[in-house]
Amino acid sequence: MELLSGADMLIRSLQDEGIEYIYGYPGGAALHIYDALFRQDKVKHILVRHEQAAVHMADGYARATGKPGTVLVTSGPGATNTITGIATAFMDSIPMVVLCGQVASHLIGEDAFQETDMIGVSRPVVKHNLSVRHPEEIPEVIRKAYYIAATGRPGPVVVDIPKDMTTPNERYEYSYPKKVKLRSYNPAIRGHAGQIKKAVDMLLAAKRPVIYAGGGVILGKASNQLTELTRMLGYPLTNTLMGIGCYPASDKQHLGWLGMHGTYEANMAMHHSDLILCVGARFDDRVTNATEKFCPGARIIHIDIDPASISKTVEADVPIVGPVDAVLKEMLALVKESKDKPDADALASWWKQIDEWRAFHGMRYETSPDVIKPQEVIELLCKLTNGEAFVTSDVGQHQMFAAQYYKFDKPNRWINSGGLGTMGFGLPAAMGVKLTHPDDEVLCITGEGSIQMNIQELSTCKQYNLPVKIINLNNQALGMVKQWQDMNYESRHSQSYMESLPDFIKLAEAYGHVGVRIEKKEDLESKLKEVLAMKDKLVFVDIYVDRFEHVYPMQVARGSMKDMWLSKTERV
Amino acid sequence: MRRIISVLLENEPGALSRVVGLFSQRNYNIETLTVAPTEDETLSRLTVTTTGSDKVIEQITKQLNKLIEVVKLVDLTEGAHIERELMLVKLKATGSQRAEIKRTVDIFRGQIVDVTSSVYTVQLAGDSDKLDGFIQAVGTSGVLEVVRTGVSGIARGEKVLSL
Repeated sequence: MELLSGADMLIRSLQDEGIEYIYGYPGGAALHIYDALFRQDKVKHILVRHEQAAVHMADGYARATGKPGTVLVTSGPGATNTITGIATAFMDSIPMVVLCGQVASHLIGEDAFQETDMIGVSRPVVKHNLSVRHPEEIPEVIRKAYYIAATGRPGPVVVDIPKDMTTPNERYEYSYPKKVKLRSYNPAIRGHAGQIKKAVDMLLAAKRPVIYAGGGVILGKASNQLTELTRMLGYPLTNTLMGIGCYPASDKQHLGWLGMHGTYEANMAMHHSDLILCVGARFDDRVTNATEKFCPGARIIHIDIDPASISKTVEADVPIVGPVDAVLKEMLALVKESKDKPDADALASWWKQIDEWRAFHGMRYETSPDVIKPQEVIELLCKLTNGEAFVTSDVGQHQMFAAQYYKFDKPNRWINSGGLGTMGFGLPAAMGVKLTHPDDEVLCITGEGSIQMNIQELSTCKQYNLPVKIINLNNQALGMVKQWQDMNYESRHSQSYMESLPDFIKLAEAYGHVGVRIEKKEDLESKLKEVLAMKDKLVFVDIYVDRFEHVYPMQVARGSMKDMWLSKTERV
Repeated sequence: MRRIISVLLENEPGALSRVVGLFSQRNYNIETLTVAPTEDETLSRLTVTTTGSDKVIEQITKQLNKLIEVVKLVDLTEGAHIERELMLVKLKATGSQRAEIKRTVDIFRGQIVDVTSSVYTVQLAGDSDKLDGFIQAVGTSGVLEVVRTGVSGIARGEKVLSL
């Protein structure tokens, strides 16, 4: 058997795990590991400019590819800088392994230089964390970390590695475990047959059904099964912000997404439904609005891999714990062989009602002859990229506009921080996507507030040649904060203005990229075309958009699903 | 409603803090907590008493089950069970009080385990209500110090919490 140092074992374990990229930043406690990285070329390391960005990059990679991302940082500040990124991944159930250096074992607890209790600090925002107590454990710990991160309901796993675990001159026998077994961790591999049967019977008997799908469909790689079942039944489908792309947005059975800024028809259909089939979503507060007023006439079937997501905020009538792809496959088979068929008359009148709702609002917005509307920028981008781009976003109004007006027909292409709402996520996430999808268009739709939270990564983009397109919807304010202040604080714009914005064009140029400013509406299309034609260049597009625009529809606070503002003056 | 949740936990560093952390992170209430290794040295048994609506208790058990190091758990209050808590109390005991305290200790089937000229140290085991009852009976004015272990529990009959 081969003898390897702890550091070499760690890198070999990553190779044997099939890891292509790690994103990170070196420092004292991780130097043995960085030396082992240097002496091989299978695992490629991407050097970021701030550790938070390394985590978002790994996250973007994971969301686009469905494979776990990997991060490597040093102890102390290196490790604590990853926390926001880890929490972001945790809230959206993104598989990821974060390897953190730690001070040597004999120094732990002594307030040593760059010492932080990373196991303690990360505990509330990880699926699990592990620390290495002996170098020989490294292959098993790494195998376990990826196994836990990627199975069941995925999530981030932190591995804490004291420096003495990776000492170069101490060598141990290396072998990478093929399998890992944990007696206390056995994610469900199929749903309960009786519950599935019951669900199908209810589904076929429904008069006003809605399918409500979430990010779990994308994580569970169940888009095909969901699409097939939905089409077979002919039922309307809405998805969450995290579920965008799990069902083709251009399909007529798709109602758009639901919730706080969801479409009028999706929220109305939910409220008036008699049966909700929830697939891999979690009845989050940005979806349900006030839970006590939530969908009063609906019975609920809830499929989720995580039992704790079921009946957490809204009681399920038929809970089904299991992987969504396996459960949907069984449901499909039962629907096919069932003698019962959906009630055609009931369904026809349900669709008639839904089409009326759709016609009533239809995601309209006011246009202006001279001011650029953020919505039209997104619509244009969708047209110019044939709806095929990978789109990452930051957090705020631009995120909602991007999600509302870019039509995604495929999963894994809409990449945003839905749960935690992390500003600064968009650019590094886009970099993680571009790295593995060099031939695809990758757009980072952002705002002048969010982009400045990780703008230093323009430097990383230069180093690794990552020609993403940054679409800065510049409204010279923290738009979503300002919108809430307009609506709830009598327009007292407390700290929501950006009074000294940098010249983004010069900034992009300083980092070695191209900057393009668009101020006039008549230039919008031609300039965007020019930008998209620059295939091998990172282009920072600074677009001056309407400073007073709000995101609509917007659910009325503490109301039901159907209580919405449809414009600044129109409330239903 | 008060519940007693009994948990088999991997006997590993950090496992306990995950359980305790979960309660504070999710705003659940811990009334008592006891933990010790079992006959199987790889496992610890943890007993937590908590209060909450049925919905909250369901979430607590689900969230506990999600922790990787939780091997198995049971809500003992769902069935017939035995609960015990141990209490050590230092009581002021002078003059006529001494006989009176001794009688009360006997009634509660406790033991005086340490004696000085002015202090009795009493050991008492039972469910939590019995221990509360004892303190009430002797009167809080004479109580110098109280230490309670928190509740341990086990199901009645043949039901067993094991691997």
